[in-house]
Amino acid sequence: MSGYPREMQESIRKVEATRARRIKETFPAMSMEGRDAVLEAFHPDYKEETFQAIRVGVSKGQRTPVELARIVEGRPHIGPDFDLSDPFAETDVLIVGGGGAGASAALLAQENGAQVTLVTKLRFGDANTMMAQGGIQAADRPEDSPAIHYLDVIGGGHFTNVPELVEALVMDAPFVIEWLEDLGMMFDKNPDGTMSEQHGGGTSRKRMHSARDYSGAEIMRTLRDEVRNREQAITVVEFAPAVELVLDDKGQATGAVVMNLETGVYHFIKAKAVVLATGGGGRLHYQEFPTTNHHGATADGVIMAYRVGAPLGYLESMQYHPTGAAFPEQIVGLLVTEKVRGLGAQPVNKNGEQFVYPLEPRDVEAASLIRECKERGNGMITSTGQPGVWLDSPMIEIIHGPGTIQKALPAMVRQFGRFDIDITQEPILVYPTLHYQNGGVRLRADTSTDIPGLFIAGEVSGGVHGHNRLMGNSLLEITVFGRRAGRSAASYAHEVKLGKPTLAHLETWNRELEEAGVDTGIIAPILLPDYTRRE
Amino acid sequence: METEEQSGRTEPDLIPVYIMGKRYMVPPSLTIMKAMEWAGYKLIRGVGCRGGFCGACATTYRILGDPKLYFGLACQTVVQPDMYLAQIPFFPAQRATYDITQLEPVATTLFSTYPEVLRCLGCGACTKACPQDLDVRSYMAAGMRGDIAKMADLSFDCIMCGLCAARCPAEEAQYNIAILARRLYGRYLAPRSEHLYERLEEIEAGKFNAELEELKGLDEEELMRQYKARDIEPK
Repeated sequence: MSGYPREMQESIRKVEATRARRIKETFPAMSMEGRDAVLEAFHPDYKEETFQAIRVGVSKGQRTPVELARIVEGRPHIGPDFDLSDPFAETDVLIVGGGGAGASAALLAQENGAQVTLVTKLRFGDANTMMAQGGIQAADRPEDSPAIHYLDVIGGGHFTNVPELVEALVMDAPFVIEWLEDLGMMFDKNPDGTMSEQHGGGTSRKRMHSARDYSGAEIMRTLRDEVRNREQAITVVEFAPAVELVLDDKGQATGAVVMNLETGVYHFIKAKAVVLATGGGGRLHYQEFPTTNHHGATADGVIMAYRVGAPLGYLESMQYHPTGAAFPEQIVGLLVTEKVRGLGAQPVNKNGEQFVYPLEPRDVEAASLIRECKERGNGMITSTGQPGVWLDSPMIEIIHGPGTIQKALPAMVRQFGRFDIDITQEPILVYPTLHYQNGGVRLRADTSTDIPGLFIAGEVSGGVHGHNRLMGNSLLEITVFGRRAGRSAASYAHEVKLGKPTLAHLETWNRELEEAGVDTGIIAPILLPDYTRRE
Repeated sequence: METEEQSGRTEPDLIPVYIMGKRYMVPPSLTIMKAMEWAGYKLIRGVGCRGGFCGACATTYRILGDPKLYFGLACQTVVQPDMYLAQIPFFPAQRATYDITQLEPVATTLFSTYPEVLRCLGCGACTKACPQDLDVRSYMAAGMRGDIAKMADLSFDCIMCGLCAARCPAEEAQYNIAILARRLYGRYLAPRSEHLYERLEEIEAGKFNAELEELKGLDEEELMRQYKARDIEPK
């Protein structure tokens, strides 16, 4: 029995009727001018009224979604008089965030001689890394090169990426693959040992390495297992989000105030260097979009780094993944991996017709889906009013042979199977969903920032991807820059002479809010979304 | 949070569920997780990715009148009338510490790291409990035979929620044993990717340095020209 109601099945019949024809024809890719036009008209980043400029701090004037601006301009959890005289714990390197970037940083900091403490908001591994399905890019085939990868990245990012960061990303990539495999990660491979690699949106070579559609989960659990094996040098503290960074009287990072999430008690953890790896902010639900992000994705790191004076960038740009689930209602917004398109499934409208090249860069693909539904009225509307277009997954088995979907996309099969939808036989209804924070805290290629002793890695950072990230470059980013951050922080921690810890920056911050007449009434970071029912 | 009896209200479209024994009326279309939030819970434990990948929201439930225990992920399981549920967000399972670089990918590694592997009764309670529908019993059997590749393959979709360990009469921590098997496979048994090592040598020899230097120095116009001129590898 199909989980799709009858009116949706009627549309599915049309998709089936055109399948044999469509499989031989691919909708042409857009010109650069065509891309610009659809972005301007339909991408959420171009809805001017949903943005505002940040009114205080070093990056005053930075445009960002109003939901984010409001918490960036929020008030701190603690006052400038919070007692720092008796630290709860001391360490060489404090890592804030227990996702893939934090775990990578922990391992490299430990290998470079540091004692490490890693604090994280929920459980170790509760992070967007765990949910990444599609894969990780690395130019490691003879037909490919780091230079070609560079061009793909910077073109996808609208030529606004920071060149040194892109260079680090593409040149480290093959080394990261080797590192992960040495730690015991299981990549998808052909029997002769060559990596099984696919295209992603905006790639000119097949360089997407995967681990079924549990690519991020496989990276995360492997890194987490290895961190746990090094418990003598790496202490992990769960349910302990940082709420404020602490500088010394010379302006150097010297730890953070963390909150025991279950008791509400605040503690100062003193450190010689801090790595901020807190991830993104999908749970802020910009423009009321659903999100693919994990429960704790509330942009904490942006808020904390900004308050101590680290400049922000690229935060006028958020990534909406083209294919979030649009049906059933219980899983609306959850990720349907780009690997589905990478394996050959086409997006088609309710009449069974193609309307976009399946693998445009994500922002262009997402805007095209919105146009098809909103402007052209060719979306399938579900009984709850949710629009969507079909992602024709059964094509995959026609192209690659029966059994391919179960083998390559077991998580997707399971996800939809729970709702009686068999994606090997029926297409998937999809619509764009809030996925990734392209911008964040500015950093250099060694992950250092304008604040001595503060290092940045992963989604909390801004500049690597310019104004649009390509698929498979975030699992790459967290490992490349996580490793660099661990190395940089450890070597910095060996050298630094710390002064006296102080929260003087909060006096400045509070005064600036007051002078600007800003009071958003929000204590930030907000730490968790609140989904309790409102009467 | 008021219960329905306390408020005296009835809402015909709602169904009763019992969260840790306490009755709440909730919309029937919600997942267990959203139903708890609808009932007023602001979740800290028992919530993670909300997408079926992290294993934070392992839940056990029973339906009134049916003695059978069911298992699922709170973020993926829709509520049913008269569902009695409790989350198991943490399980104190045994985990060994090891140095992956010093191990051999052989049966004795599994047995010396986790001696309890050999105590498995083959009862299948683990398989019944798995919210991923993995055949946990079979991968444990593969482990007992020393078939690391099989154990790695069959356990691959594990999200490490711990429900298997919670149900095991032999006190195995199946999911921790399985990740050891997968890491042994990934590091030692997977066929070697020669092209990867060739590329590493090329990068170390500086083969791409000049090209990258040049690209970094290009202005947007020239970058765009080169970007448009890329040849796309066919599918």
